[in-house]
Amino acid sequence: MFDWAQNIADWFVYDVLNLSKEQHLVGALSFFIYDTTKILILLFVVIFFMGIVNSYFPIDKVKNYLSRNKLFGLEYLMASLFGVVTPFCSCSSVPLFIGFVRGGIPLGVTFSFLITSPLVNEIAIGLFVGLFGLKTTIIYVVSGVLLGTISGIIFQNLKLEGYLTPWVKEVLANAQRDQDIFQVEKYSFKQRLPIIWAEVVKILKGIIPYVLVGIAIGGLMHGYIPEGFFEKYMDEDNLFAVPIATILAIPMYSNASGILPVVQVLVAKGIPLGTAIAFMMGVIGLSLPEAMLLKKVMSVKLITIFFAVVTLCIIISGYLFNIIL
Amino acid sequence: MTKVIKILGTGCPKCQSMTGIVKDVVSTNNIDATIEKVEDIMEIMKLDVMTTPALVIDDVITIKGRVPSKDEVLALLN
Repeated sequence: MFDWAQNIADWFVYDVLNLSKEQHLVGALSFFIYDTTKILILLFVVIFFMGIVNSYFPIDKVKNYLSRNKLFGLEYLMASLFGVVTPFCSCSSVPLFIGFVRGGIPLGVTFSFLITSPLVNEIAIGLFVGLFGLKTTIIYVVSGVLLGTISGIIFQNLKLEGYLTPWVKEVLANAQRDQDIFQVEKYSFKQRLPIIWAEVVKILKGIIPYVLVGIAIGGLMHGYIPEGFFEKYMDEDNLFAVPIATILAIPMYSNASGILPVVQVLVAKGIPLGTAIAFMMGVIGLSLPEAMLLKKVMSVKLITIFFAVVTLCIIISGYLFNIIL
Repeated sequence: MTKVIKILGTGCPKCQSMTGIVKDVVSTNNIDATIEKVEDIMEIMKLDVMTTPALVIDDVITIKGRVPSKDEVLALLN
């Protein structure tokens, strides 16, 4: 699909710049141009598509839907799926949490949404398609959705309402399955387009530096780390690899877009995909600043349980992938 | 009549960037308005906003969950 990008990269490096094919660094440059072009195009397409979906299906609709419909157990899956198409800025997690709780949505269902939404987001999907191909992307998205669903069900059964902060308990007591008077934005697609466009540009501008640095580092490592280098440390039989990778990932929240290109090279050099996916889920899905924000609504104990359950689910899925793939 | 502008947000970068844009539009166009930053989560929840930053003009929620452009803010204020 992206042969043309490879052709452009080769043409630019070998014909325009007139560099020799034999040199190590020249190959890396061609690889860098090819990878960057491909990934930026994919990011653009995915972010743009999500922007359109989000414009027609905003968070308020998600909340009203979940609060209105009795889904007989499917609500966890639905909340998790909604999480995929409705990205939110981590600073919105507290108002979102309260909004859901107040709408009478069970705590577990709210957690399903809060886990999947950052874990499976448009930037991660764009990068995954570009770096790992469609198959791995689908595996990542499906497992992310299931992870959110299952964690949500676990939370619901743990009965953690008592660990909310007092004022949230009050909100919970007064919760009702109300339908907020929701003003439907009656805009035409033409009117929506500039707004969606501006968001796409803003998101891309924000992540491009990280992506470029990530691909550059990945490209250099590609040339200098011997094939199969990591296999002796992190092969599938090493039982500690997955937990270590996951826990290492937790503090790396801010620059997932820079870390993914590097991880791709590590996979190429022999790290098992399950271990790598567990690591990436930790990077993308578990963010310490978000946890700090949640202190306004949850006790430290609840946040700890929240992190522990999600971490555990990530580790389990890492093992599963190493067995299946 | 003086317009009452409220910017709802818990202090994230996006909220600050919205505040900057709104202040800029108000001062360059000499709009008669007061700007208030609402950072208290209780206050934000009273207005039923789930995604920040949000822009409230004369008690009407006009923008939720994104940073608007200057032109957009100007159009909303006129």
